Amino acid sequence: MKNKAADFLILDKETGKYRENPEQLVRDDVEKHYWRHVGLTILKDWRLYLMLVPMILVFLFWRYFPMYELLGSFKVSDDVKPVAEQFFSGFSYFKRLLVGGDSMSTEFWRAMRNTFLLSFYGLCFGFPMPIILALFFNEVRSNAARSVYQVLTYLPKFMSTVVMTSLVTMLVKQGSITSGMGIVSQALAGIGLVSQETANAGLLNNPQFFRAIYQISGIWEGAGYDSIVFFAAIIAISPTSYEAAQIDGANKWAQMRYVVLPSILSTIVIMLITRIGSLLNIGYEKVLLLYNPNTYVTADVVSTFAQRYGLAGAAKGIASAAEMMNNVIGMLLVIGANTIARKASDVSLY
Amino acid sequence: MKRKLEISELIFKIISYTLLTIFALACLYPFVYAVSAAVSGRSAVEYGTIILFPKDVQFDAFKRMFSDNMFWNSYSNTLFLTLYGTIWALGYSILGAYALSKKRLLFRKFFNFFLVFTMWFSAGLVPQYLNYLQTKAVFNSVGIMDDKWLVVIAMGMAAMNIILLRNAFEGVPSEIEEAAIVDGATEMQVLSQVYLPMSKSTIATVALFFAISRWNGYFWARQMISNSNEHPLQVFIRLKLEQYTDPEAMAGWNEIYASDSVIYALIVCSIVPILIIYPFIQKYFAKGTNVGGVKE
Repeated sequence: MKNKAADFLILDKETGKYRENPEQLVRDDVEKHYWRHVGLTILKDWRLYLMLVPMILVFLFWRYFPMYELLGSFKVSDDVKPVAEQFFSGFSYFKRLLVGGDSMSTEFWRAMRNTFLLSFYGLCFGFPMPIILALFFNEVRSNAARSVYQVLTYLPKFMSTVVMTSLVTMLVKQGSITSGMGIVSQALAGIGLVSQETANAGLLNNPQFFRAIYQISGIWEGAGYDSIVFFAAIIAISPTSYEAAQIDGANKWAQMRYVVLPSILSTIVIMLITRIGSLLNIGYEKVLLLYNPNTYVTADVVSTFAQRYGLAGAAKGIASAAEMMNNVIGMLLVIGANTIARKASDVSLY
Repeated sequence: MKRKLEISELIFKIISYTLLTIFALACLYPFVYAVSAAVSGRSAVEYGTIILFPKDVQFDAFKRMFSDNMFWNSYSNTLFLTLYGTIWALGYSILGAYALSKKRLLFRKFFNFFLVFTMWFSAGLVPQYLNYLQTKAVFNSVGIMDDKWLVVIAMGMAAMNIILLRNAFEGVPSEIEEAAIVDGATEMQVLSQVYLPMSKSTIATVALFFAISRWNGYFWARQMISNSNEHPLQVFIRLKLEQYTDPEAMAGWNEIYASDSVIYALIVCSIVPILIIYPFIQKYFAKGTNVGGVKE
């Protein structure tokens, strides 16, 4: 629809005079009757546009309508008027959460801190594990043996969150030595990592252990599966690179440093950026299934805070305000990460 | 020419094999332990004397599970949600992705953004919950009392899956489509007879992703399904776990097996079907992670 002045008149070669460009006339026409043009195109191609309709409706209904409900966070008090009537009437919920000074505000800040810390520790401990695992897989030369290792390490990924957390709960269950104490707490108490009393009380009832349990179960569940992408990058390295390095006298460590690492660096960077981008989008299901009132201090994240006050409790407006702040910061992180990824490489994540 | 193994290489190999073996065994051990604990006698479980192999073998914990109607009920509910949920989600995703893959589509950029934005920003739990409640009220007012159908149509949309499908469709050479159109194929025939067969493996991968998210779905199923007869397996497992790990509720337990064995039996029962189909789906599952970079 661009209007190019130069195209407006063209030199007619036969008569030697300038005349109006017929294409430009068509372009003008299209511009003047833009919406008619759109309507005709859609009408002519209606089958294609009809195919879009179910998808648009689903996303509109289940993803965009809830955003309208977010207006409920901008109101004065928990009145029962529907969202459409109260509309926008202030930031009191946000103020109360951020600088309220009461227990709600304290809990909100605790939840923000926990959300960040759980993700951050996941980045520190959970992120390197798949890379290390992929390096190890590469050392196993026999295909059969490697398949066995891979199948075993992918296995926990096939459990649902509920089954995984049930298993974890059972393995570190409270109890005494005669009444079904979890086998893992028993072993930890046996080698002296935790005291017998702590083990008896149940590790999931102790806020000190929540983060460790969360990270270790995360590594147990995901490291094998997450290593696939790094392993794919490692086996794509040409064998001639290793040979060249060996001829130059590189030992194993030098090969790691100068052949393997540079080859998989772009994959690592992309995965790292994605991970940083989703720093605040922590899966609430796992926390919800593992935490209890004893461990709120270290376990409560923003989503579970919102679940407790908004779904189980009646403070719907304030709960959705809390989650909205979290999600807006999360969105900025994702967009920022995506922009950096696009600049750093040709790959755009979304 | 056989190269001599250097000392640094040897050390690294030994370390690799050792740590890999430890990690692989650590991945496997909880499952083995769960099976052993499910079939062991009461005192062996409660005194924690089982390390690897079962002791005083009994199958009563499994029998108790199998004779529970709610267990079979929840299994069939999960199958229902997985089957219909996958068909529903795959249906509109394929149609939408096909339309989005066409360069001639007007407002293509806008529709893409419409999808991608849902990956960046989510309204959160409370607004979604209120939205479902309102829909549920509408459903009930027109006489649909089954919450199952609400869960089928309201859950499990994933913009990422649609983008994967769109990219696969974009990879189909346009010459083949043109040939089909010259032969008089309609839009629907082009999709079903050219595009679908040519992107089979992506469709299988995406179908698997949808099915897994349905099979594993817990939180919203618990929030939205009020009738306990309609609870899927994951909700059933969780409710049982809450009941059986409560010391007060379990005070009067006098069976020949431990109450823990029932939970372990339940865990085993929920994993076994996955293990059976695991060899068939593994390659699609692994494929999904390699589609990291997405073109815009």
